[in-house]
Amino acid sequence: MEKSLDLINARIREGSARVVTAEEMPAIVDELGEEGALEEVDVVTTGTFGAMCSSGAFFNFGHADPPIRMERVWLNDVEAYAGIAAVDAYLGATQEAETRDRPYGGAHVLEEFVSGGTVELRATSHGTDCYPRRSITTELLLEDMNQAIMVNPRNAYQRYNAATNTTDRTLHTYMGTLLPRCGNVSYSGAGTLSPIANDPGFRVIGSGVPIFLAGARGMIVGEGTQHSAGTGFGTLMVTGDLKEMRQEFLRAAVMSGYGVTMYIGVGVPIPVLDTGVVRSTAVRDEDIITDIIDYGTPRRDRPSLARVSYADLKSGSVEIGGETVRTSPLSSYRRARAVARELKTWIEAGKMELALPTRRIDPAKRSKPMRETAVTPRVREIMDRRVISITEDEDIRVAAKKLLKGETNHLPVVDASGLLVGIVTTYDVSKAVVSNGRFRQVKDIMTRNVIRTTPDEPVDIAAQKLEQNNISALPVVDAGNRVVGILSAIDLGKLLPGRRWR
Amino acid sequence: MKLLLTFSRKGEHDPGREPVIARVVKETGVLINVEKANIDSMAGEVLVDVPDGDADLIQRRFEEMGVSVRAVVDAIIRDEEECVDCGACISVCPQEVFSFDPEWRLCVNAERCVLCGRCIQACPHGALSQQE
Repeated sequence: MEKSLDLINARIREGSARVVTAEEMPAIVDELGEEGALEEVDVVTTGTFGAMCSSGAFFNFGHADPPIRMERVWLNDVEAYAGIAAVDAYLGATQEAETRDRPYGGAHVLEEFVSGGTVELRATSHGTDCYPRRSITTELLLEDMNQAIMVNPRNAYQRYNAATNTTDRTLHTYMGTLLPRCGNVSYSGAGTLSPIANDPGFRVIGSGVPIFLAGARGMIVGEGTQHSAGTGFGTLMVTGDLKEMRQEFLRAAVMSGYGVTMYIGVGVPIPVLDTGVVRSTAVRDEDIITDIIDYGTPRRDRPSLARVSYADLKSGSVEIGGETVRTSPLSSYRRARAVARELKTWIEAGKMELALPTRRIDPAKRSKPMRETAVTPRVREIMDRRVISITEDEDIRVAAKKLLKGETNHLPVVDASGLLVGIVTTYDVSKAVVSNGRFRQVKDIMTRNVIRTTPDEPVDIAAQKLEQNNISALPVVDAGNRVVGILSAIDLGKLLPGRRWR
Repeated sequence: MKLLLTFSRKGEHDPGREPVIARVVKETGVLINVEKANIDSMAGEVLVDVPDGDADLIQRRFEEMGVSVRAVVDAIIRDEEECVDCGACISVCPQEVFSFDPEWRLCVNAERCVLCGRCIQACPHGALSQQE
């Protein structure tokens, strides 16, 4: 049996459509079977509510008198992109004001507008014959704008990697606070309620499909940026009228140590056309698998420590390498439910009819890494290869002489086979002198837990190590822990004239 | 009940120079659990947990020894308007103060809080604050 979209829409119009949320669907399919569920259910509603950085809105402010061709535009001190027509601008959610002491960004401005607040518009121009004005400042409400159209380049991730941290320090990431030594796991996404997870083949989710967007009746534009459905990370570009949105489903947020983002509620109604749709909407948390990634690796390709399902993540704890680690979400499941439930009431009340995609989204597409034409500088290119080292049994006075003679402040300490076992600095030696002979040998004063780098490590990461640990040099070791060089803050300065290393 | 003890260590006779906690335990026989201690050369701040029934006695004894005592109730405050029930606070808390109810609503068990402040920083919505 198949069901046409016309039939479903006719039922919606007469108020007889059977609508369920994606959370209710698996049990219905269990009970009635696929054919039975197809006959019973007309529409499945989905929903998600979480941080979606790639969001923002286009505005048309209307013309002032005398008119201005806005070249730079600020809304509550947050700069909007004005490189479009005279009084148009795009405000991105993550753009931050430079003038505030607490993080305040585009997301805060959008929330301010949606909640009915006043926002200060400031703009500048060089002035033209047709647009003579050079600056303007005014206060605006959302209703004062001709258009305020949300266009979010990337929303509603199909699923997302969960995050943990194997390093010894707390990390502040877009996945929230990650405690040291795998102290917690942070995840995002609504699992069984997630829109794309209910149609991973993109059979009914595509361009032109009506959706719930932050309380407004929105629409899918097409595939989202970085869409990678072929690897299970499909995304959507969506649009909707900001004037119809509600604060409940549009919230500015600040990820500590990272920056501003925006939480948005997105829901897609799925017409139950055939048993294929029945099967895909019967997806459970147990079926949606994701990786727990180590965000302690400061590289693009981070290692996976475990594969888990959303059911595991939602249970409150998972196992990583035999240890139980607590999990918590960044996205709100409660509000994802509210999205799916409100969308359900819209359709039951005949407020929204469904449509099939006018253009399909590629379910096999994979996103690519950046093509980099300039080689990322590595430690080997700038490290000092003339390593002056010392062994741990030597007298502190020998260390002092070597430091003086080598005009350096850092001596890697090596064992008999040349492997790194510690480091001694001029500061350590000075301290030993002041201690009146309590310490005699290098091993008495050396630091054993040495922060180190490798020849292949990108310079930016080595620089970050120096900064985070408040040190000024790193021994460079090969794969066998043999010292092959030393990298100092001064070496970093050699890299690019004019580039500042803090 | 949790009591926040603060004392000076500057002067010769300041309570911070004395083993005040040990003394109070010995005198009263009440078992005191130290949950957090932050003591430097000038001052100290110690969070202790004591049985509710003995809290008044303990508070009085500490005060007699020159220690300032404040009972910590509802240590962490949630702004219900700002909170979206995301749960980012749950796994960063060492005391399991936060949890979900079956409806995925965030529940706060403030009695367990030891004022570490991690959740305040971790909350993306600025919904958590510490009672002053």
